[in-house]
Amino acid sequence: MATQHSRSAAKLMNAPAVFLLLVWMLVPLCMTLYFSFLDYRPLRGVYEWADGFENYARFVSSSSFTDSVLTTLIMVGGILMITVIGGVLLALLLDQPIWGQGIVRILVIAPFFVMPTVSALVWKNMFMNPVNGLFAYLWKFFGATPIDWLSQAPIFSIVWIVSWQWLPFATLILLTAIQSLDSEQMEAAEMDGASALSRFAYITLPHLARAITVVVLIQTIFLLSIFAEIFVTTNGAFGTRTLTYLVYQRVLESQNIGLGSAGGIIAVILANIVAIFLMRIVGKNLDN
Amino acid sequence: MAREVSRRRKTVVTIIAWAIGLLIFFPILWTILTSFKTEAEAIADPPSLFFFDWTLENYEVVGERSNYGKFLWNSVILAVGSTIFGLMIAIPSAWSMAFQPGKRTKDVMMWMLSTKMMPAVGVLFPIYILARNTGLFDTHILLIVVLMLMNLPIIIWMLYTYFKEIPVDILEAARMDGASLKSEIIYVLTPMALPGIASTMLLNIILAWNEAFWTLNLTTINAAPLTAFIASYSSPEGLFYAKLSAASTMAIAPILIMGWFSQKQLVRGLTFGAVK
Amino acid sequence: MGRITLKDVTKSFGETQVIPPLNLEINDGEFVVFVGPSGCGKSTLLRLIAGLEDVTSGSININDMDATNIPPAKRGLAMVFQSYALYPHMSVRKNIGFPLKMAGIEGAQATKKIDEAAKVLNLTDYLDRKPGQLSGGQRQRVAIGRAIVREPDAFLFDEPLSNLDAALRVNMRLEISELHHQLKTTMIYVTHDQVEAMTMADKIVVLRAGNIEQVGSPIELYKNPQNLFVAGFIGSPKMNFINGTSALEYDAHTIGVRPEHLRASKSEGVWKGVVGVSEHLGSDTFLRVNVDGIEDGLVVRAEGDVELYHGDTVYLSPENDSRIYKFDRNGQAI
Repeated sequence: MATQHSRSAAKLMNAPAVFLLLVWMLVPLCMTLYFSFLDYRPLRGVYEWADGFENYARFVSSSSFTDSVLTTLIMVGGILMITVIGGVLLALLLDQPIWGQGIVRILVIAPFFVMPTVSALVWKNMFMNPVNGLFAYLWKFFGATPIDWLSQAPIFSIVWIVSWQWLPFATLILLTAIQSLDSEQMEAAEMDGASALSRFAYITLPHLARAITVVVLIQTIFLLSIFAEIFVTTNGAFGTRTLTYLVYQRVLESQNIGLGSAGGIIAVILANIVAIFLMRIVGKNLDN
Repeated sequence: MAREVSRRRKTVVTIIAWAIGLLIFFPILWTILTSFKTEAEAIADPPSLFFFDWTLENYEVVGERSNYGKFLWNSVILAVGSTIFGLMIAIPSAWSMAFQPGKRTKDVMMWMLSTKMMPAVGVLFPIYILARNTGLFDTHILLIVVLMLMNLPIIIWMLYTYFKEIPVDILEAARMDGASLKSEIIYVLTPMALPGIASTMLLNIILAWNEAFWTLNLTTINAAPLTAFIASYSSPEGLFYAKLSAASTMAIAPILIMGWFSQKQLVRGLTFGAVK
Repeated sequence: MGRITLKDVTKSFGETQVIPPLNLEINDGEFVVFVGPSGCGKSTLLRLIAGLEDVTSGSININDMDATNIPPAKRGLAMVFQSYALYPHMSVRKNIGFPLKMAGIEGAQATKKIDEAAKVLNLTDYLDRKPGQLSGGQRQRVAIGRAIVREPDAFLFDEPLSNLDAALRVNMRLEISELHHQLKTTMIYVTHDQVEAMTMADKIVVLRAGNIEQVGSPIELYKNPQNLFVAGFIGSPKMNFINGTSALEYDAHTIGVRPEHLRASKSEGVWKGVVGVSEHLGSDTFLRVNVDGIEDGLVVRAEGDVELYHGDTVYLSPENDSRIYKFDRNGQAI
């Protein structure tokens, strides 16, 4: 169905999307790149060329950078572990015949639709507050001293909150993948005498491998830029400053644009390394 | 192929699944319940789950706050506006890539996806300064455009996968029947892809509604949506649990309902078609 | 008017040429069937005429107007697709009325035309249903109805019956032929089924690998196939081919005899063989006979009540020497 007419029409119809995305990507990115070579601090009225890669060198060599990368890795890693393992288990559970499956599904999926600022605030105040939070009551009920979660275990708390939000995502996708598993394959394995555990290890898990990879990659991309949860809960204090948050603070809070922009470019590069792997998988899918 | 499972096993699995489901849902349930309590009951020790004096007072207070309506309205404008704008650009684009694939179509699609991978923080300042200098800071139009661009790759991808399922024959039949390109899209493609377009729309509204980077950083008062409103409860107002809960419930309820309706189609959009 | 002329038309997809230079003339009111095995380019050829694909080179004239670069909507043709391609979201009435709507014809005039088409096709009772609620045959008729209301210069059919079951196919075949007698409009019909070609066509175009092997009326093709391919393709069961000494007796590289032109005898004949499978259809019996020196054996049509079964010895001979087709080394008829 390709004719000269339809092909040129297609180009025309694709043009707005391509153009807008091109502008959206290139213009700000080039500007960030430009700013990253400036010593630009509007509050002090400084606006001049930086000394070569000075901003990059300063950003990378500062201890806050190393700390933020470490924090980011711990957070993202922790959330991925919880959501992927939890997601596989939950998906297996929800795949079983149960009464009221639809309702349970809805209950499990709900957190994904909760606004990040809401979930952060609800957890922060109503659960993790050391005086009136529900956890405090629970601790007191068992005779323990309530914990001030956000200052005593800040990273864990944020990992917990974000995992709660993303567990449904992982579950939903893994459940979809499990349901696409050919049941005859399972039955054949059962006839061959495979136990439930080896059926899981040799059939279900390999079948899920691709979905798990997709979950890991997509979540990583989103998690690398978690913002609202930190903004609302700790505001970057208590060692919860991720790379994204560090750049945000440099740019908008301390208004050191040059330094922040260099950090931004570094964040883009790191995110792209993950993105390349994701794109390979998605790209393969386009072929068939 | 479905086999009879023993009743006992089903009962046990059901109980476990329900327990876990309720546990995961509990924070939301708790928020909803608290929103009907008085402030005193909200922090009562021991906390009560259902047995308290139900009141709508918190909703009245939050609703009466002069600006709540504005935040809500802003959320609606931004979510719906960016979705409609996005669909207007995405439908022709997805049409052309699904039905007129060329040699570079695959590359274009991958490139579009790659724009989604760019961390927002990398372009925060340029967008911020451009917004400031053009006077668009804290306006609906700016946020609509930014949210639209942010979700455009997802919309295009999602529509693409739905369009791919429409038999080309039918579009060709329309062409043979004398339909112009415009009529082909309006009278044949769009109605046939309506379920797909609807779930794409829903996902986009959800994503736009919950977006909490640009909405927090590019607004102050005029265009600030509910994400910013809730963030303002961060302190010290957040300690009024009942009111916080009422505000939160109102902020998440519409999306929760939409999300439940569209959950089956979401996977496709969220994984760019990599998991079906 | 529906005169279509293809002049030096070629089509390539990337590097592969699927249609080498091809010339064809289709006269007004003719029922032309493109027939050939799958992948022979017959559907591509139809789509080139429809304008759904661009020709790589050459020109297509419709009614002596150069239509090569005219979009499909403006060529004045109507097409019926293999998959019916009905609009699933529209009622039958709206489906049939769609081309009218696109032409700007609405209201009473459109209703009248739709009703007429529905009457011709026995669809009057189904006008308010959606395509999903119709049987395969009814869907096919809706697709035809949609083509009729356009009052096209020519109808294009792309294997329209291949999704129907055998009984329905015979019925629809008759209906389409009848329609042609009624409308007297040019029809171009693509099929891989030589029975459809033989029964419906005024003119058959046999295609192989994008090449036209032969053009002619059904009887011409049956009686005078120009080469082995056409000889083997037209006629059912297919013609028997014999190489070697038997062929040399006729000064040919290969000879062909149709099953209906062979005689089976229990006592004497040219070729002696053993019955492999005998298919008793009642009216006829087809015997597959294994003959020494003939690789594929021979198929013969015998009387319905012939008493020959698996393992019986049988003698076969051509009914008449004029019914023997002779081919040279290159497969061309001598």
